[in-house]
Amino acid sequence: MKTSLIHLALLAALPLAALPTAAQMQETDKSAADKIARGKYIVTIAGCNDCHTPWKMGDKGPEPDMSRMLSGHPQDMKMPAAPTPTAPWLMTGAATNTAWAGPWGVSFTANLTPNRETGLGKWTLRNFVDTIRTGRHMGRGREILPPMPWPMHKHMTDADLEAVFRYLQSIPAISNRVPEPLPPAAPVAAR
Amino acid sequence: MRTPVRPVCTLLAAAALMAAAVDTTADASAEPPLPVTLARTGLFAAGTREPAPGLLSFAPQYPLWTDGAHKRRWLSLPAGSAIDARDPDRWQFPPGTRVWKEFGFGGRPVETRMIERLPDGRWRFATYAWNAQGSEAVLAPEVGLTVSAPGLPGGRYRLPSRADCLACHDGGDDPQGGPLLGLSALQLSPDRDPQALHAETSATSLRTLNDAGLIRGLPPALLDRPPRIAADTPTARAALGYLHGNCGHCHNDSGSLDSLSLSLAQQAADPLASAQRTLDSLLGHASRFRAHGSDSTQRVVGGQGEASVLLQRMQSSNPLARMPPLGVQVIDREGVALVERWIREDLGPRSSTAITRQHSGSTP
Repeated sequence: MKTSLIHLALLAALPLAALPTAAQMQETDKSAADKIARGKYIVTIAGCNDCHTPWKMGDKGPEPDMSRMLSGHPQDMKMPAAPTPTAPWLMTGAATNTAWAGPWGVSFTANLTPNRETGLGKWTLRNFVDTIRTGRHMGRGREILPPMPWPMHKHMTDADLEAVFRYLQSIPAISNRVPEPLPPAAPVAAR
Repeated sequence: MRTPVRPVCTLLAAAALMAAAVDTTADASAEPPLPVTLARTGLFAAGTREPAPGLLSFAPQYPLWTDGAHKRRWLSLPAGSAIDARDPDRWQFPPGTRVWKEFGFGGRPVETRMIERLPDGRWRFATYAWNAQGSEAVLAPEVGLTVSAPGLPGGRYRLPSRADCLACHDGGDDPQGGPLLGLSALQLSPDRDPQALHAETSATSLRTLNDAGLIRGLPPALLDRPPRIAADTPTARAALGYLHGNCGHCHNDSGSLDSLSLSLAQQAADPLASAQRTLDSLLGHASRFRAHGSDSTQRVVGGQGEASVLLQRMQSSNPLARMPPLGVQVIDREGVALVERWIREDLGPRSSTAITRQHSGSTP
């Protein structure tokens, strides 16, 4: 009888052993904070703000407008038709660094903040990883256009991509509906 | 001294429970190289260009539009094996399964795609480009290939890259779900939709597969009453079927795009629920996508196809805005017309948005 009770206790303890302890939960929180910190570091050194944060003219020259950090091309900024550069010049960029015209058409940098309607707020980690790894929107949609250097970023480790995503999900959510990209203009008919 | 059997058994059971929770991913076996020619994949009878004996031809009732390509499809199962059809919407295929799909334009094959399940359970994809004479098809590069195709825009046709294959054929979050989109209880139901667009005929159905022992475990109710899409009108049935066949493999509530809350896939297991989910995710739902120069903000506006983003994207001349985003250069005008008629006639302001017709059984 005593032996049976011991066996019963052993089996009953198994699911309890699977529950996190307070120390483990604290470790998880620390781990989450570490990921966000790592993601912030990568986003900073990889230059994401260069294009995904609108630039403005500051006291010391052009600088990213961090009040609109990583929110992409401002929705109220209507772009006129881009000038056609003369080769070997190839592309044209807006003063905000958020709109780029080239042989691909016109691309507008995405809102990477966690706003649910206009940013990445509804995205999952997998949606983000699939986008960067495949160069397709959410891994299945249209191609991610230049100058987004996803062919380089796709080599990030899984851990680093997750860190970037966790950081992006932690920054202030900004409502900014970035316009859809434009296709290349129709070629002018030969005279 | 007697062996303490009871405590030993308990400890072994405990160890087994704990081991089951440990990731013990087996090492993947070496992947055999892809055959360099289509003839070496087993599709053809020796020395011919005719399908090999034992291959099963099939045709989903709601085929995918690919610029009007004429398609033929074949399935090969290892001898003695069968498809596990217990989940009618997510069949499980045995290792060794091979499926081929031929795309033809102007009376000649241009491309044949192959999907196979390797011995270790993984799936892999390949496509083969036919020469102009139609005498041989060779393995296309992993990055895809553009070939001459008179009659198509620019006279060119694009064979997909391996990555492109995964964009549609990925099995979602369920690695066992399998990427074979045209093989499901709904797509092979003998109760075929007479108004399905671009329909092809095939003798293969749930009944023939079951009778031949090639599917096992299919819920008996689906043999007695073969699956059909729940819809109140023939137009709605055909439109929901069209969206299922062309969009549902990405836009569903079980894969990675679940975050979009747009479900265009229909299910044989619960046709009423899946049809209602489609309506609920289209009507009264704001669209994330906003076309330049358009005031449309809703996925579907009942009665107004021209104001519906769904229809705008299906017929967009902008390849960056068009849906589907892959595999379509030529807009399917019949598909656009069908969905427009469905939005106008079935989803108008006075129409109920609740599916009322229960699955009422099939015509034998």
